[in-house]
Amino acid sequence: MKRAHRWLQALLFSLLVVLAGSLLPGTYYVTLLNLIGIHIIIVLGLNLLMGYAGQISLGHAAFFGLGAYASGILTATYKVEPVLALAAGLLLSAGVAILVGIPALKLKGYYLAMATLGFGIIVAIALQQLDWLTGGPSGFMGIPPFSLFGWQFQSPTAGFFLVWAMVGFLLFLSLNIVDSRLGRALRAIHDSETAALAMGVDAQRLKLLIFVVSALYASLAGSLLAHTTNFIAPSSFGFMFSIKLVTMVVVGGMASIWGSFLGAAVLTVLPELLAVFHDLEVVIFGLILMVVMIFLPRGLVRGLLDLWEYRQRKKQGR
Amino acid sequence: MEKLAEFLQYIFSGLTNGAIYGLIGLGFSIIFHATAIINFAQGEFVMLGALVVIGFYAWGLSLPVALGLAVILVTVLGLVFERLAIRPARDATPISLIIITVGGGVLLKGLAMVFWGKDAYTLPPFSGQAPFVVAGATILPQSLWIMGLTLLLVVGLEGFLRGTILGKALRAASYNPVAARLVGIRVSQMVQFSFGLSAAFGAAAGALIAPITMGVYDMGTMLGLKGFCAAVIGGLGSSSGVVLGGVLLGIAEALASGLISSGYRDAVAFLILLLVLFFRPQGLIGRGPERTS
Repeated sequence: MKRAHRWLQALLFSLLVVLAGSLLPGTYYVTLLNLIGIHIIIVLGLNLLMGYAGQISLGHAAFFGLGAYASGILTATYKVEPVLALAAGLLLSAGVAILVGIPALKLKGYYLAMATLGFGIIVAIALQQLDWLTGGPSGFMGIPPFSLFGWQFQSPTAGFFLVWAMVGFLLFLSLNIVDSRLGRALRAIHDSETAALAMGVDAQRLKLLIFVVSALYASLAGSLLAHTTNFIAPSSFGFMFSIKLVTMVVVGGMASIWGSFLGAAVLTVLPELLAVFHDLEVVIFGLILMVVMIFLPRGLVRGLLDLWEYRQRKKQGR
Repeated sequence: MEKLAEFLQYIFSGLTNGAIYGLIGLGFSIIFHATAIINFAQGEFVMLGALVVIGFYAWGLSLPVALGLAVILVTVLGLVFERLAIRPARDATPISLIIITVGGGVLLKGLAMVFWGKDAYTLPPFSGQAPFVVAGATILPQSLWIMGLTLLLVVGLEGFLRGTILGKALRAASYNPVAARLVGIRVSQMVQFSFGLSAAFGAAAGALIAPITMGVYDMGTMLGLKGFCAAVIGGLGSSSGVVLGGVLLGIAEALASGLISSGYRDAVAFLILLLVLFFRPQGLIGRGPERTS
């Protein structure tokens, strides 16, 4: 029953992507949807870490940046095949995630937040300072489009199908991880690490594993960004973007795979909509962040559902 | 001899910045103590302190008056911030609270940009430009002001927390809110008070550093994060630890930018932060409010 359900979802998802990809007018919307897809990929991974394993990371923009720069530098400067460059980015991110994760994941709560924050800022500074390699603060240009077996994903629409095919694949993967033995173990760690340990769950190893998995998601998203926009700059991978990613997870709803879609979409589109306010854009963005978090701390979907249920119950009470 | 002068120069500049990091770090530690919240808007209070004092001074107020008014104004803002943003979200998770304070910081920074624009403003030093020469190295009078006033503020804070009934109530509310409520302390008032006090320290730091770095709308973010590093390095527990953490950080930064490369100056702070968290998460000094496993 559940399996049939999942195939139906997969079919619907592919249908929507194909429809959107062939019908969308103009490159603006395609580019925006590409960006949303790329953000969804990171948020899917980060939600596994935050929502399911209950570990926070304020440094995930770093892995996004590592993937983007690995792909950008290897393909543009060293003429490496994009697929190999992407794989190299994944390896690099996994290595860094293991190095940072082993000591950092021993910390809890705020201390883990501080450690990942520090790590993220160090990577952002390195991307800026290694200008012989990364082009420094002004960015890195001339990244070729992605190619696979000689087929080039040149147009924005081709990029769209590439990004959203990856979104579909990772969505499928995430749903399976959540339903697997691993997913159950992670939820156990989230609810009580002590109880999970007592039941024989190797909490430390699993936390590290899921940290690495989420880093891989972010790194892959970075590679896709490099190949679809052809230009990357360190300012996209700083502290503020890490915070934005965490906000996407929380706004969409922690431990909600489909919520990740909503959170990423809302926070990607919002700055575009607010651009009409020019200088006030940032002010309004900050205000919305605060208001949503204060009044709907469990995310948009569940927050609104809670409100609705509350009103229903109130009506019945009368 | 020349080497010694050069070294002293790094130490002086490190002490100056370090004192500022320490002041900002105290703001973090005051709030963290009372509420276990990390207030990511702290750096924006520093920026506001600098820009408001510059604004009042430009109006023609004398420097001490401008300084006092700026600190008071930002303190009020801290109280309002707590009332509007933190109190309604009292039961929120740490992650939500991080996002709320970051959102508040973004909001304040955005408002400052709308109000003051993107220009940098200057403030004359508190007493003259002529530097003192010590063993071949120079030190600005403003640096002495910064170190002296920081010392005064730390001693004052410690005295307040340990010697006055209000300070004791604040500490009681942070150690055990339930017990504090039982003996008649209004915990929610203490929380609000901690935000005001912390904003005051931030504003003072901003006003003190303004003559050296100038005031810009986006100066707060990095200063805030550095102050935060100082607080963690020293251990969020003790005031003297936080200031010592700030001074260590300032000197390490000055040495790194002088001897290695100035581009990595900002990375030093976070590298030390990571090392401290990994090897001594309770901070170099003090027990820290929360042990990690």
